[in-house]
Amino acid sequence: MSSPDRILRYVDALREAFDQEMARDPSVFVFGLDVDDYLGIQGSTKGLVDKYGPERVFTTPLSEDAMTGIAIGAAMAGMRPVHVHIRMDFMLLCMNQLINIAAKAHYMWGGQVKVPLVVRSMIGKSWGQGAQHSQGLHSLFMHIPGLKVVAPSNAYDAKGCMLAAIRDDNPVIVMEHRLLYATEAPVPVEPYAVEFGKARICRKGDDVTVVGISNMVMEAIRAAELLAEVGVEAEVIDPVSLVPLDMATIIASANRTKRLLIVDNGWTMCGASAEIAAQAAEACEGLRIRRMGFAPTTCPTAPNLEAGFYPNPGTIASAAWSLARPGTAAWAPSPERTKLAYQVQFKGPF
Amino acid sequence: MHSKDTISRLYRSVLRIRRFEEVAADIYPSDKIKSPVHLAIGQEQVSVGVCDVLEDGDWVGGSYRSHAMHLAKGGTMNGLMAEMFGKETGCCRGKGGSMHIIDVGAGVMGSSAVVGTQIPMATGYALAAKAAGRGRVVAVFFGDGASEEGCFYESLNFAALRKLPILFVCENNGYAIHEPLAKRRARPEGICAVAEALGVPATRIDDGDIFAIRDGAAKAVAAMRAGQGPVLMEACVYRWRQHVGPDEDYGAGYRERVEAEPWMAADQVAKLAALMAPGQCDAIKAEIEAEVAASVRFAEESPIPAPQELFSHVFA
Repeated sequence: MSSPDRILRYVDALREAFDQEMARDPSVFVFGLDVDDYLGIQGSTKGLVDKYGPERVFTTPLSEDAMTGIAIGAAMAGMRPVHVHIRMDFMLLCMNQLINIAAKAHYMWGGQVKVPLVVRSMIGKSWGQGAQHSQGLHSLFMHIPGLKVVAPSNAYDAKGCMLAAIRDDNPVIVMEHRLLYATEAPVPVEPYAVEFGKARICRKGDDVTVVGISNMVMEAIRAAELLAEVGVEAEVIDPVSLVPLDMATIIASANRTKRLLIVDNGWTMCGASAEIAAQAAEACEGLRIRRMGFAPTTCPTAPNLEAGFYPNPGTIASAAWSLARPGTAAWAPSPERTKLAYQVQFKGPF
Repeated sequence: MHSKDTISRLYRSVLRIRRFEEVAADIYPSDKIKSPVHLAIGQEQVSVGVCDVLEDGDWVGGSYRSHAMHLAKGGTMNGLMAEMFGKETGCCRGKGGSMHIIDVGAGVMGSSAVVGTQIPMATGYALAAKAAGRGRVVAVFFGDGASEEGCFYESLNFAALRKLPILFVCENNGYAIHEPLAKRRARPEGICAVAEALGVPATRIDDGDIFAIRDGAAKAVAAMRAGQGPVLMEACVYRWRQHVGPDEDYGAGYRERVEAEPWMAADQVAKLAALMAPGQCDAIKAEIEAEVAASVRFAEESPIPAPQELFSHVFA
């Protein structure tokens, strides 16, 4: 990268990806509820309508089902739509079109059409986002052949994954996270693609492998700092893309540490963590595995209940300890140390 | 009035579809076609009338009952027959079957087997057509059942909002599988009113007349090419055979033959034949019989897909 020193927020990195791709390719357009209002999807689409006009940046009727089909048709006709949902929960209104058409079009129509569609959505968390504004639904999409699923956990990957998604000839579900929007990382000014199917080792360690998904990568990195204080070195891996999934990197690490903890930003039942655990178990002899994710409940809104719903650096560190130090007494970092861990932020190397 | 050329062209197209489907239905009990067939026999004239006024560069999309649309728009008969036989030479390489057909070269942009899903998809094609600005129009075919899906309303609204060049063609055959319209709509005659309420001009042709369908489509297409936005046409027709399968099903419990008889008496094939010179029909019939027989031979002689084809086209 030619400009390693420029630091950008995740949300601004996303915006830059749209700006650069729309300038490069007139077939790219960005649409979805509120993409052209004064807030611009938390800023991620702000100003695009002024630069590219209302034909290429537009809000829609509250019709997620049909708008998804319209995006698919436009994509099959050669355009490159980016459909935006301000919460991932709203994508449930799009499932028929995404699963029955977008995922299958290339296959069932014998390769005669392609669907270069990007669907981006963000997961909410905290301040009472609750039952219907906080769901991580990536595993639903991972289940379906024909869909790619990516979950950038930092500003660098946000820009690179979005650019790669827009240039991909397949439907790509981009799962963003609200709490990552303000995080900063070095982001090159020039356009670049982050390759799908290539996991990122965010931190090296020999004692336990921790795979994080979406903002659980950040939580895992914070947990690794707490673990280091007590002599446990965690290797933290971010798959970056969930379909395609780079199991080779995860398996290589797990074969070395013999301990694998998967921390998902979603439920564990039939989830991404279950898939990663199953594939690792099939590939690695003598591997000890543990999974963490949302509590098996609906997300509550009272702050104390919500806190129990999510893995956090303290619970992740405690679980990793028990994997790495079997037979010793359970350990958990002090609440003060856990709080301090939130000052940790992943800024590379990329 | 319609020229002799137009009448002859319409006759050929309707009869060609009729014979293609009758032959497919005859083959069906042999199990050479292992694909659920939803036949358009008796309602071919909607596809024919609409596609007759479309240009090669225009696009169509449809439902699982789309053999008529495919053939009327110029999709290859060999590709369609071979697809139904599950052969590598099929229009979808043997991966789509009768319900999922496509021929992009002919502007047949895909048929879909989840009711109504093709409506927003085709609206997206119209969005792309408008963005390209070259005067292309889109026609999307769907049944009366699809008009009850939410995406129908959503697509009409968006198409009206953006003045998209799309003709919504509701082929109202009165039944969703075995359920009559009156059990599904408080106002069975109200499909056009829904479109009008959303800002889409709508016309209803209640007798299945191919000339009325063609003229209605011609007017709509001219308006769309002039940038006036979407139009809905509801064409009332009657499905002579089962919802799915090769046979008739009168007396099975949901309808009686007496209901079909007026529609059969108004068969468009016979109506068009009566307007043509004696002898002209026979020549066209002979050509069609030869073409359909050749498509069956082509399908039978084509290879089945190679085993590794299972894994190709998951991703582009």
